[in-house]
Amino acid sequence: MSHRARQLKVSSLARVEGEGALRVTVRDGVVERADLQIYEPPRFFEALLRGRGYTEPPDITARICGICPVAYQTSACNAIEDACGVRIDGPIRELRRLLYCGEWISSHALHIYLLHAPDFLGYPDAIALAADHREIVERGLLLKKAGNAILELVGGRAIHPVNVRVGGFYAAPGRARLDHLAGQLRPALDAAIETVRWVAGFGFPDLETDHELLAVHDPAGYAIEGGTTVRRSAGPDFEVDAFSNHVVEEQVPYSTALHAALDGGRYLTGPLARYTLNHDQLSPLALGLAADAGLGSECRNPFRSIVVRAIETVYAVEEALRLIASYQPPEPSYVVVPARDGVGHGLSEAPRGLLYHRYEIGADGLIRSATIVPPTAQNQAAIEEDLRRTVAANLHLGDEPLTGLCERTIRNYDPCISCSTHFLELTVERS
Amino acid sequence: MDTPTLAVFKLASCDGCQLTVLDCEDELLALAGRVRIAHFLEASSAVRPGPYDVTLVEGSITTPADAERIRQIRAESKVLVAIGACATAGGIQALRNFGDVAEFASVVYARPDYIDTLATSTAIADHVPVDFELRGCPIDRRQLLEVLTAFLAGRKPDLPDTSVCTECKRRGLTCVLVADGTPCLGPVTHAGCGALCPAYRRGCFGCFGPMASPNVAALVPRLRAAGMSEDEVGRVFRTFNAASGGWSS
Repeated sequence: MSHRARQLKVSSLARVEGEGALRVTVRDGVVERADLQIYEPPRFFEALLRGRGYTEPPDITARICGICPVAYQTSACNAIEDACGVRIDGPIRELRRLLYCGEWISSHALHIYLLHAPDFLGYPDAIALAADHREIVERGLLLKKAGNAILELVGGRAIHPVNVRVGGFYAAPGRARLDHLAGQLRPALDAAIETVRWVAGFGFPDLETDHELLAVHDPAGYAIEGGTTVRRSAGPDFEVDAFSNHVVEEQVPYSTALHAALDGGRYLTGPLARYTLNHDQLSPLALGLAADAGLGSECRNPFRSIVVRAIETVYAVEEALRLIASYQPPEPSYVVVPARDGVGHGLSEAPRGLLYHRYEIGADGLIRSATIVPPTAQNQAAIEEDLRRTVAANLHLGDEPLTGLCERTIRNYDPCISCSTHFLELTVERS
Repeated sequence: MDTPTLAVFKLASCDGCQLTVLDCEDELLALAGRVRIAHFLEASSAVRPGPYDVTLVEGSITTPADAERIRQIRAESKVLVAIGACATAGGIQALRNFGDVAEFASVVYARPDYIDTLATSTAIADHVPVDFELRGCPIDRRQLLEVLTAFLAGRKPDLPDTSVCTECKRRGLTCVLVADGTPCLGPVTHAGCGALCPAYRRGCFGCFGPMASPNVAALVPRLRAAGMSEDEVGRVFRTFNAASGGWSS
């Protein structure tokens, strides 16, 4: 039996946030394993939250991710309010949704234009893309800036907003300032619509997946800032507080990111899951654009996630405009949330997928334990399966294009691993 | 004259400070015309080797590998700027410095022996000389542009090291501590945010770290009078700049 080994090395995987290596082994035409190894320096958030005040997690956990801090702040607030037996509805909930729309617009625009589109167009980055198509990159920056404008007005700043607190907001912006913001969002809606049409024309590699899908569900609308249940593609919905009964994280020896499994199986959260499970709650405009872009009632090709992100961006701009039009400043801007002995669960839909927080707090207002399950931990098994399938279907490719395709397979997920360098090593052994 | 090269590196951090570069939407393409972005992984897969004229580093040193890597980065950089609270003070992850990192790891990981980490999270300047430290969790976009402009022009950045109060008064805000009795770290916190929190009727929580020569001893009784317990006062000084030492001296 003769073996021929192929060694592919990329010293740095770019346009993602994460540090890792990939090892793929192929024997007799079968991909035996594909490990995505993450070397993120651990920061031990769950440990350092113990003994902190119950009002602190929104500010502290925001620092897990500079790209989706609102997701962390919102899931944290949802969990702590749940532990304290307080439910937030009405104008405060709507203001949270508006803030979160800002993060969706900003994060999706960042990923579509600066991180993901260069893959489809053959550029190393958006700067090089701008040299040939400046107007396209400017459109992306306009969109991203509109999202940041929402974050800056409602949250105080785009990265680690200061206005979010357990129970609501420190201060509610006045109507006049929001009307001014609406003026900035109208051109952003045109830019978002053009974005869908632009990405719909990209060439998409074939990759059909069979991951189970998981997303927050809210009967009131396309779930963003929270929901009543968790929806899945292969089983009945379950309650938010049952999340940890269904999703279990385990440690693997080659990664500092824990791997999550849904009832023992591989699953996927994020744009594809949200679209497939909740698309009937999208706006008529977003649904029409999705149909024009060739999306059906489900989307299972991760390479097409860029189209779904563009659709969600249109929806988020529309939703922000709708929330601004009906806005009445909540008075007061927050609900008092007294500490009590209890356990709380909180979910929200970060741009990259479902983000779960669980806190156990004491009557003294101190945190006893904290559990945080980020989207990338949940998606890691799905990413590895995609890599296996991509490699298996493209063994005829040379080293460089095959490695490039592996990197793109990872970038489809917009992984948010908060890291810098990557080491992608692809070893293919064939007999 | 050759186009100056810019590099951006990241260690243990949240990506927020390097994202601030990309959040300069109005200036990004202009900046890209003035410098050659030679190494900025979050933004580009095109990577050129050093040396670099200006290097921005976000994140703290928490692993043996990063302690080695920062020495390499320093050797390849003419000007090295540490950006953000992780790089200038160790960040929120420096709370491990006051605890037991092995115990921390055992809370998060079933097999902490798989995790290679240092007992402390430390600032870049604890390992190599830095040319400038830009404060903030996260850094301020306008201050970042000033730093880049200054180093590209060969001058020192012109940034204040006074307290947040000076920005708050210039902005014409009512003092939340005096008027509302809201605990506020503004009097002892480094300027740079533009007095963001008081503008939202929130007390400053110190994300830019200590100002030069802060009078903490005078502020603490005011925080206690505003209703903070001794434990709460202890915690409010132990967040994103806990290990900077500037407030505890």
